[in-house]
Parts: sequence; structure tokens; C-alpha cells
Amino acid sequence: MEFFRIHRTIPFMRYSLLLNTISLISFLVAVGFLVFRGLSLSVEFTGGTVMEVSYQQGANLEQIREAIEKKGWGEFQVQNFGTSRDVMIRLPVEKGYTSGQQADRVMQTLKAQDPTVELRRVEFVGPQVGEELAHDGLLALLMVVIGIMIYLAFRFEWKFALAAIIANLHDVILVIGMFSIFGWEFSLPVLAAVLAVLGYSVNESVIIFDRVREHFKKMRRASTVEVIDSAITATISRTIITHGSTLCMTLAMLFFGGPALHYFALALTIGILFGVYSSVFVAAAIAMYLGVKREDLVKAVKKEDEQAVVP
Amino acid sequence: MNRYPLWKYIVIVVALLIGATYMLPNFFGESPAVQVSSAKSTVKVDPALMTRVEEILKNAKFEHAGLYFDQVGLNSTIRVRFRDADTQLAAKDVIQKALDPSQEDPAYVVALNLVSNTPRWLQSLRALPMYLGLDLRGGVHFLMQVDMRAAVDKRLDTLASDIRTLLREKNIRHVGINKTPTSIEIKFRDAETRTKAEDEIRGQVRELTLKEEGAGDSLSIIATLSPAAQKDIQDNALKQNITTLHNRVNELGVAEPVIQQQGADRIVVQLPGVQDVARAKQILGRTATLEIRMVDQEAMAAGLPGAITVPERKAGGVVTQTPLKREVVVTGNQLNGASATLDQNQRPAVSVRLDEAGGRAMRAVTRDNIGKLMAIVLYEKGKGEAISVARIQGEFGNQFQITGSFTVQETSDLALLIRSGSLAAPMEIIEERTIGPSLGKENIERGFRSTLYGFTAIAAFMIFYYRVFGLISVAALTVNVMLLIALLSMLQATMTLPGIAAVALALGMAIDSNVLINERVREELRNGRTPQQAITEGYEKAFATILDSNVTTLIAGIALLTFGSGPVRGFAIVHSLGILTSIFSAVFVSRAIVNLVYGSRKKLQSISVGQVWKPGA
Repeated sequence: MEFFRIHRTIPFMRYSLLLNTISLISFLVAVGFLVFRGLSLSVEFTGGTVMEVSYQQGANLEQIREAIEKKGWGEFQVQNFGTSRDVMIRLPVEKGYTSGQQADRVMQTLKAQDPTVELRRVEFVGPQVGEELAHDGLLALLMVVIGIMIYLAFRFEWKFALAAIIANLHDVILVIGMFSIFGWEFSLPVLAAVLAVLGYSVNESVIIFDRVREHFKKMRRASTVEVIDSAITATISRTIITHGSTLCMTLAMLFFGGPALHYFALALTIGILFGVYSSVFVAAAIAMYLGVKREDLVKAVKKEDEQAVVP
Repeated sequence: MNRYPLWKYIVIVVALLIGATYMLPNFFGESPAVQVSSAKSTVKVDPALMTRVEEILKNAKFEHAGLYFDQVGLNSTIRVRFRDADTQLAAKDVIQKALDPSQEDPAYVVALNLVSNTPRWLQSLRALPMYLGLDLRGGVHFLMQVDMRAAVDKRLDTLASDIRTLLREKNIRHVGINKTPTSIEIKFRDAETRTKAEDEIRGQVRELTLKEEGAGDSLSIIATLSPAAQKDIQDNALKQNITTLHNRVNELGVAEPVIQQQGADRIVVQLPGVQDVARAKQILGRTATLEIRMVDQEAMAAGLPGAITVPERKAGGVVTQTPLKREVVVTGNQLNGASATLDQNQRPAVSVRLDEAGGRAMRAVTRDNIGKLMAIVLYEKGKGEAISVARIQGEFGNQFQITGSFTVQETSDLALLIRSGSLAAPMEIIEERTIGPSLGKENIERGFRSTLYGFTAIAAFMIFYYRVFGLISVAALTVNVMLLIALLSMLQATMTLPGIAAVALALGMAIDSNVLINERVREELRNGRTPQQAITEGYEKAFATILDSNVTTLIAGIALLTFGSGPVRGFAIVHSLGILTSIFSAVFVSRAIVNLVYGSRKKLQSISVGQVWKPGA
């Protein structure tokens, strides 16, 4: 059986202007949120203490909040996660106390309220580590962008390299923007997921560009728009099947992976969806706006051309 | 015709065999075990003890499933495996009682542990299961920052006192030696003396870089540590702190502690299975103390106890009691270092360096007590033990040697013992994580379950949609997982939850190569190629695309590996390796199977790659 019975080339580029305008607006909204609202960074970046405790019966959050309020440590958070019996407590860094002491004191108070409470996890990060992590994360992002651009410029052409990077940074910004808009916790694994998304969605653009190059060679009379449309049409079934499969995996993680993998899987899922969209509608369109021509590609790969000619 | 030369099949079969062998240990599980290790730096665990443990078990009529002796660096352990947890618990008590009848001052740590059930022949191939990270097995994680400035400062102190002694010995007059946090300033009245001093210092103290300053009659030398010396000090400080931490962690009876350097000035301590963070911190933060005292020889001759009496362990397990005098000559704070060396007769010896105050005290005592006995006492957990009792051969100051009939190994052990009393530089905990054991178990289950469900869904779809080619793709994916796990086991990588996630993601992305190939084959058929041509063309055309797309993903993986830390690194390692194994399995393994199935049929009419729909048909 074949899902995609495509009779003729789908004119993807006809919608490019409209969709790219939407992309640009959502990109700006995401940037706006990032600038004005920022991310709710996890304790790994900000420094501080996170405790996870679990009760036999549903936890009384108000009671826990009151108890911690009395300690006067400043801003803190108490929330359920996973089930109503599991509680996550975030505490700010307290000068003069190690996190262990802080956690011990909280546990004592909670034990006094309900002796069945069990400490599941404590995490403490000093402020200097957090700064380093943020710095290293940004550096990693930069390195990925530069590395991919060099590779694409070398394998294809600078217009494609630029188009792919713009399209994929657009994905990354939108994913991070979603974390900002919904106030989801941005942790180290989420950063890893975002960088993986960057690699993944570049991969996506590469596959389409690969076809564009091939069709430029094959369809000598066609216009650039026609070539791009036919290339995307030829790859669309593969795009959808591959992403369907990858989404199977990330959704399995999202639903069965538990709270530890939740935001990681979420970032991947959103990232993959944006990745498909951006490589079809954004990357190719930007390459088109940049004025990519047959000569750019066919000349550059003349040698390969001769070997790849199909009888 | 689509055939692979024989060598390609051989390569694939060998890769599969190696993969299967190294993946295997991960499925044997673990059985309960009791682990015996040394509780004190002075007690050694050796094969002889293993025989003793075996006898203890035999006498108590316990059945065990094997005894093992392991040595990693200076730490050796004995492990006894049992069939069930009840025997393990009972045997632990018996072994503990037999080895340390009085529980007041145990010489051994007897701990419960889990040992992999991997058969011997696999272990001898170094085929071991992956190491599970703390998030999967539960435990405590600390990241400690070593204060390197303090280490350098301490060394400068010593050097300043060395220079003072040197100038005094050589009769060179200076007008003061000042130590700043980063340098030593030595003042002189005239240039001639300064030149002389400079020559002497240069000849004797090689770690320093000297610079002349000042004019007229206020001349000075500014001595700073050369970058090489500074690096040396920092490396040594880190090493010594790691050794000290090792000794302390041993006391906790943790089965497999990880104590590693991270970066230039950090130490990671991971204690799997430990739940009592407070106690762990207390023990890590404690300082063992060292003292040097005179032996009370009158009491010794009369067989009486001295002001205090400490045991001394000698070769062969003999313990003698040594009476000591009340006065402490030198304390551990005054110790600057100890190292194994050779004396003037080229025999192994231990060289000990004290700071200035310690040197003065030492000189005063040794002057009056030549020919008498002196003891170096190490206090651990509030109990003292003499680690060396030696005769004073002459008057000495802040630098002296302990000689005797030592082997090289013994001198380095003794130097380590003397050093182990103190941290070379203070440390501070900058990151801390505790994961409960039940959470760890849940994490494994969840990670495994989500991978399994995802994989099943993909496999079902691939077979449904691409028929035989789909089945071949699933086989290639399975090979991919196997090779990935085998590689990770070979590297003894630490498996974490993000690592499991990366395995799942690698599978999701590896499917891409298979889809690319299958779609290409269909497309070629659609364009009217014969089945054999379609296979050849499909694989060839897809390969260029697969390579391009994987290289870009690999770039992201390597960047993560380079700049990431902790959980991100775990993710990145699996991610990058997964890309490599997926290229191999999708391109070579699946092609090999296709060739086997279809390749040799001359009159192949159709291939099963699902329905190929042609426009207009």
C-alpha cells in the first residue's frame, strides 16, 4: 500500500510568502517572550536546591508551604509533579548553609507534620556551576551552528547553508520560546534536546536540498520554483514517514518515560514538528529568496554530475 | 544482480558476533554479594585474607557461589557471591564478627553489594555490563571544588622558609623575607649580596622564577612560582585530595564509589546506594590527623603503658603496643608533604617536609634525643595508630627522611599514609544530588518501557508498510541497538536516563536511513526500473543523502560531547555512537540481507517493498 498517491507536483512555494510571514511573526513573539519573560531555568542553571518528597497519601501542599514560609528563605516553590503524592520543593541558595542542612531542616519539619514522608531526591547546585553551564550551553549552540554551516557550504553552497541555519535557528528559538510562553522548566536535558533538534532539523533540510540539487540537474528547463516544488514533492512521503517514526519514539518517552524525561521528550516532540515544517516551507523558501540558481549547484558539482547521470 | 563479495559478509558476521558477545553481559543480571575491604589505611586486603574468608564461611556452613579478589590501584577488595539475599545477610554478619571480633575499632569494611552474574569466560574477554549512573541505581553525588590558591599559598610558605634557612646557612644577609599571596619578596641592602643570594636560590630552589627590583639601598628579589611548578602543585594537591577522599569513602563501606577528577580543580564523588547524605558529608569533610611524638622508651623497656599507648601493625599481622610520651612534637597541620625517595645509599626511603614552625620544633627535639625512638601516629576516627617508629640518627629540621628495610612499594604506601592525614587544599561542595533507590529503579523501568513501546510501534508500521523490506529494516534496527549497546559496554560508558533516551532517539532517527532507502527503491520501481536495478540504484542514491544528513547530526552530537557536562555528556556519547552504528546497520547490514534474499535471483520479477503506486495507473 502507498499512503501518498501524489499525482502531480504540489506547489509548496505558492504558500511560502504567507507561511513565512506567520513564521516571522511567531519567531518575533518567541523572541519577545524570551527577552521580556525569560526562561524558568532549572536549578542546574540558577543554583539552589531541589527536593523531591513522596507521601503515602495525597500531600497537603498548603501545609508544606506554610512550614517552609516560616523559615524565611525568600522565594520558593512547592508543587505536585507526577502524582498528588509526589511533591517538588525548590529552595533558593541560602548563604551560610549547605543544601544538605537546608534539606535536612525541611525534612525534619515535614516529618513532624507527617512521619510517612520519604525523601526521594535532593539536588543542589552552587551558583558558579550554573553560570558555567549556561556559558557552555551557549558555546555548544554556537559551535553546532558554525560546524553545520561550514559543512553545508562545503557540500552545497553558501545560500543553502545560510537558508538551512536560519530555518533551523527559527526552530530552536520557537522551541525555547514555547518553554518561555508556557513556563516549562528549562533544564540541562532540555538543552541537550534542543541541540539534538538543531542537528535533526538540519538533517531534514539537507535531504530536501539534496533533492533540489538532483532535480536541478535532471530538469534542465524548469524554473527554480518548479524545481524546489518537485524536490519537496518527491521527498514528502519520506519526510512524513520518518518523522512519524521518530515521533513514535519521542511520544513513547513523553507518555511512558515519567517526570524525569517529560520536558526532554516534550522539547524533542515540538522540535521535530517544527523541524518538518521549517525544512519544507522555511529553508527552501529562504534559499529561493536568496536567489539560488541552477549554476550555483550544477557547476560546483560538475565532476559528480558526470558519474551520477542515470542511463 | 546484487551480490556482496564474501569479505563484506565476513566483516558483517564478525561485527555481529562481537556485538552479541559484548551486549550479552547486560542480560545476566546481578546476584547478592558481600564485599570486604580495608577500613584503615594501615590494613591491607590480600589473597591470604580471601582464604581466611573462605574458611570462615566453610566453618559457618554457608554456601557461596564464588570468591573474587579485585585490585584497583591501591584499593583491593574481596567479593563473595551468594545465591540469595538471606544467605548474603547472614553471611555478612558472620564474616564481620570473625574478622573484627570487637566492633569498636573495625579493621575491615564488610558491605552488601551486587555482583554481575556474567560468566567467567565473558569477563575474561573484558565483556562487562554497562555501568549504571546514579539516576538509575540511586545514591549520592557530590561535586567538590578544590581551593587551588590555598595549595599554592601553602607551598609558597614552605619555599619562603626554605629560602630563609638557605640564606642563613650560606651567611647571606638579607633585610627581610615577605610572602604575598602570589610571590615571595626578599630585601637586600646592596647589589652584591643580592647577586650572591640570587645564585644560591637559583641553584637550590628550582621552582621559582626570580626577578630583581628596587634601586639604591632598598633592593629586592621577587620570586614567583614558575607556571610549570604551579601546575605541579595543583596536580599534586588534586591527587592528594582524591587519595584522602578514597580513604574516607572506604570507611562508608560503599560498594563502588567513583572519585574522579573533573576539569582542573574539581573532584566528583559518587556513592551509589548511600542514602544518608549527612553522614557521607561528615565523613568526607573530616580530617584525619597526624602527630609526631617521642616513644616512651623507659615504659617500653619496663613493659608499662605510657602517657598514651597506640598499636603498631607490623608485617605478618603482628600488632605491638607502643607507649608514647605526652608531648606532641609536630602536628599534621605542620606537615607540608611526604614522598617516596631514595636515601644516600640508594635504598628506598620516605622524605617528609614540615613547615617552618614544625621544622623549629623538630630541630629542638632531635638535638637532645639523638639515638632515641620517634613515632608518627595517624588518628582516624579518634583512634591513633603508629604508622612508623624510627630511631633519630641526627639533628634535623623541616626536612628529614625515614629509612629502614623498606621496599619501594612500602615507601610509597607510607608516604601516602603520612599524606592521607591531611587535605592538600581545602574543598567545598558546589553541587550535590541524592537519588532514592526506588526512584532509580523506576527510571530504569520507564526508560526501558518507553524505548520498547516506541520500537514496537515503529517495527509494526515498517513491516506493514514496506513488507519484506520493512522486515529487513527492522532487522537492521535491531542490529543497530545491539551494536550500540555492545559499544557502550565495551567503552564501559555510564548509562544514565538521558542515555536511555538517546538510545530511543537514535532508533527513531536510524529509521530515517531505512525509510530513505525503501522510498528510493519504490521510486526507482515507479520509474520503470527492473527490481534488481531498483535495489542497486535505490541504495546508491540514498547513500549520499544518508551520509550528508548523518554528518550534520554528528556535528551537533560532537559539539554536545565537547561542551556538555554531566547528563548532557551521557546523552551526547550515546547520540554520536548511535549515528555511527545506524549508518553501518542501515547501509551495510540491510543491503547484505537484501542481497541474500533477492540478489542472486536472475529473473526476479518483483520485490516486496509494499505497494508501488504509479500515477495515472
